[in-house]
Amino acid sequence: MMLAVGVLDAPERGFVHALSRDLRLSMRSRGEVIQALVFFVIVASLFPLAVGAETALLQRIAPGVVWVAALLSVLLTLPRLFAGDYSDGTLEQLALSPYPLTVIVGGKMTAHWLMTGVPLALMSPLLALQYGLPGDVTLVLLFSLLIGTPILTMIGAIGAALTLGVRGGAVLTALLVLPLYIPVLIFGAGATEAAMTGIAYDAHLSLLGAGTLLGGLATPFAAAAAIKIALDGS
Amino acid sequence: MNIFKYASPVSFHPLAGKLWPWFAALAILFGAAGMYFGLVVAPSDFQQGEVYRIIFIHVPAAWMGMFIYLLMAGYGVMALTFNTRLSSMMMEALAPTGAMFTALMLWTGALWGRPTWGTYWLWDARMTSALILLFLYIGYLALIHSIEDTRRRDKAGALLAIVGSVNVPIIYFSVQWWNTLHQGSTISMTAAPKMAQVMLLAMLLMTLACWMYAIAVAMVRVRVIIEERGELRTGHHDGT
Repeated sequence: MMLAVGVLDAPERGFVHALSRDLRLSMRSRGEVIQALVFFVIVASLFPLAVGAETALLQRIAPGVVWVAALLSVLLTLPRLFAGDYSDGTLEQLALSPYPLTVIVGGKMTAHWLMTGVPLALMSPLLALQYGLPGDVTLVLLFSLLIGTPILTMIGAIGAALTLGVRGGAVLTALLVLPLYIPVLIFGAGATEAAMTGIAYDAHLSLLGAGTLLGGLATPFAAAAAIKIALDGS
Repeated sequence: MNIFKYASPVSFHPLAGKLWPWFAALAILFGAAGMYFGLVVAPSDFQQGEVYRIIFIHVPAAWMGMFIYLLMAGYGVMALTFNTRLSSMMMEALAPTGAMFTALMLWTGALWGRPTWGTYWLWDARMTSALILLFLYIGYLALIHSIEDTRRRDKAGALLAIVGSVNVPIIYFSVQWWNTLHQGSTISMTAAPKMAQVMLLAMLLMTLACWMYAIAVAMVRVRVIIEERGELRTGHHDGT
């Protein structure tokens, strides 16, 4: 406790530290980032093969398909958030560090989003092209992914932390997290679809943004609590 | 004697043992009365005929499915703030019953929908939310059954139930929003015909029966959980 006094005035340093460390780690294993992106593109490319390649049909399903593919792709990257640090004991050291764990978790979430959500959003125009979406709709899709994927990371972090070191972790995380992703899917795909049918889409985007802000306030605490539970139990 | 005495698994175990047969008996009693009024006394509906009688199990099951999840989240808050083991055990004991009622609500809803609307399933806001609620129950059960350490299982389950319950209203409103945008059908489920007094009575009795059943089953199950965890062997100690 005495040790903590000196640094508590700068908890944001914990955030910056966790953020830069995780970014550096991802940059050194770039393969994982690229794999998630390729997965995103492959999943989205399966649908025309399954349902047929009529442009009207593809345009209709594009927002949903791209969003579902993004959701699954974020889901696959969730183990990267904490599992590596958990298995080699780093997570325990982070929990013991003088910085609040909540702040560290916030940094890790931000790094995760920068390495998954942002690339996915930037990749989405390519898929939009495949599905024949008009330019302005593509922009809405990109923007909705950009402000919606943080929520996927944040909710996913809670699920990933709860299942740390648990057998059957990946499928279990999906079971926990996917039902909670539904509102994001509805508003994200909804915004794009609204843009396509030419009705107002700003309400969808506002709700996504509100979700990201609210989630940013609440989920680091929940994820940090879940990590503490996982560390206590082992 | 103070009421917190029964917050200890060791002293709750015999109490639950004494109480559950009473709740079970009440469940049978209310259930029999409810079925008598619902199936025999209540007149058949002039629009839907006899099929409407599924309402007497469908509506109580829906209430129980939703209420038990909230109850679990309430126990979850207690488990995390007061660190009481019994609260987590109650969550674990309630979850299968809640999931069962939610599944029963979906199933009876499908059976009711087929003759009245001509379809087993509609992507209606309420039905979709009910399905998601079932997913939330399944997630909780899957999580607690894959964690072996009981302390961790209790707390992780509590946290998940709380996170889930915060999300329930968000999910409900988002699904409703989604549904109004994707107006696929014009069937209104809220326009229920005015119910006769006797139908209401039957539904009330069936709801009470479901309540009593849920309490009895949860008590039996919590006794098993207490025994499984060896609480009775290690003797009396509160908290962790």
